[in-house]
Amino acid sequence: MKIVPCPLNGPRNISEFAYGGEVELMPDPNTSSSEEWAEYIFFSDNPAGVVREWWCHSATSYWFIAERNTVTDEIVRTYPASELFKERVEFKKESE
Amino acid sequence: MPFGLLKYGLSKTYPAKHHFTPRKDLKKHYDVVIIGGGGHGAAIAYYLAKYHGITDIAILEKGYLGGGNTGRNTAVLRANYLTEEGVTFYRESLKLYRDLSNEFDYNIMWENRGQLTLATTDAAIGSFRWRAEVNKHLGVQSELIGRDEIRELVPLLNLGDGGRYPILGGLWHADGGTARHDAVVWGYAKGACERGVELHQLTEVTGLDVEHGRIKAVLTNRGTVQCGCAVQAVAGTSSLLAAMAGFKLPIHTYPLQAMVTQPYKPILDPLVSAPHVHVYIQQTSRGEFVIGGGSDPYPLYNTRSTLEMKESLCSAIQELFPFIGQMRLLRQWAGITDMTPDYSPIMGLSPVENYYLDAGWGTWGFKATPISGKTMAELIATGRVPDLIKPFGVDRFLRFEQVNEAGATAASH
Ligand SMILES: Cc1cc2nc3c(=O)[nH]c(=O)nc-3n(C[C@H](O)[C@H](O)[C@H](O)COP(=O)(O)OP(=O)(O)OC[C@H]3O[C@@H](n4cnc5c(N)ncnc54)[C@H](O)[C@@H]3O)c2cc1C
Repeated sequence: MKIVPCPLNGPRNISEFAYGGEVELMPDPNTSSSEEWAEYIFFSDNPAGVVREWWCHSATSYWFIAERNTVTDEIVRTYPASELFKERVEFKKESE
Repeated sequence: MPFGLLKYGLSKTYPAKHHFTPRKDLKKHYDVVIIGGGGHGAAIAYYLAKYHGITDIAILEKGYLGGGNTGRNTAVLRANYLTEEGVTFYRESLKLYRDLSNEFDYNIMWENRGQLTLATTDAAIGSFRWRAEVNKHLGVQSELIGRDEIRELVPLLNLGDGGRYPILGGLWHADGGTARHDAVVWGYAKGACERGVELHQLTEVTGLDVEHGRIKAVLTNRGTVQCGCAVQAVAGTSSLLAAMAGFKLPIHTYPLQAMVTQPYKPILDPLVSAPHVHVYIQQTSRGEFVIGGGSDPYPLYNTRSTLEMKESLCSAIQELFPFIGQMRLLRQWAGITDMTPDYSPIMGLSPVENYYLDAGWGTWGFKATPISGKTMAELIATGRVPDLIKPFGVDRFLRFEQVNEAGATAASH
């Protein structure tokens, strides 16, 4: 079984984790066009190489970030999301 | 006996037939460059040459002909999808499959066995009823059947009485079947090469020369070729080719694994799929049981196989057919599949004017090989997108007009 070094729980079997998609910057939902929004949710670089991804340790519901090589399947580095996201993302209501 | 065979083999009376282009240099220019020598690439070349008189074509294949997903798939052929667009499209493909052996003068071993999908929940029965009605309306044979009929079709199936997954009913698709996957791509490539198409194996596309929104040349490990237009039919590496052309696709690349047992006597006629335990099975005409399931849990550009998948397929298939526990596995393998958000393909025009897309085939594209080849050839020859593939353009995602086949695809390919 492949082992994932979880920043919270230490090394655990990969079957305990769920993949959550590439880390991508979200356009502002209030100002982005619907095409920009479609690009954000559907389109992807899907690169062959090291990719920054969201992963979740299911048993503890802990979300973190992993840098993983999508060709060799090596996990290069894992770290808490707070390394990238310094501030809370606020979802403001669309002003009509 | 061995000498007789040797004599026959060396005799000039029965010369070996060479179906494909012998290895030769690439020309400087082709009217059409097809990137990817799988079933789809070969079929596009075949129909361009056969129906549209276009033969100045090179198929560029980085490995060997059919060595990608075409040679790795589990060859389930069916048209019992859910949307009108999907059902109509795959129905036309099954029609073409019926005549391919005659058309090629080459046996693709097409067999009309029927395909059965099992339901263990009321929700599944509801969705099967829906699919059956859509299918019948569009001329595809599908019906909801009960346990007695299932028992008749597949006497060895464990109906799960008193167990964890009692089977409530099934979706019976009499049009379903299978064919020999390699023979399909070989047949198309043979027909194309006989009409003057050049197949170049061990030729990898490494870059695309795009200027002012038009493709001018294709860069390969064997030099640069100019082209009138180009089409990508590279399955798992679709996003990488699109990146060379300068755009993104709504695709993620996931491995899909399968495995096969040693050959046994014929005891299973229809193809059987069980979405509730993520497994499907068919017995090939050689007697092997081919077993497949769902995609890997995360994206990867790698064809390694995993013990986890073997374990999950083995336990699931023994739930359905306990006797399989006595059999021996022969092989396990994987292909890399280009998964789309709505489980429908991405076909047609791209942001680059003379560069066409035949992508997003994920875990379901073998059955579509003939009709994709035919419609893509029509698009390339005439410049007009055929009605049959209009719903599958990449721009559908920008308009939020997905063609949702997720429910009709998972674990039944
Ligand atoms: C295990 C498994 C089971 C499946 N089961 C089914 C099934 O039961 N029914 C079904 O309908 N579908 C099934 N599929 C899906 C089906 O196999 C594919 O969708 C279909 O074969 C795609 O055909 P293709 O010709 O587009 O791609 P491929 O056959 O993969 O051909 C693409 C070719 O492009 C080449 N290539 C890639 N990059 C380059 C480059 N840069 N330069 C040159 N060449 C390049 C590759 O080497 C490859 O040969 C399954 C897939 C897998 C992996």
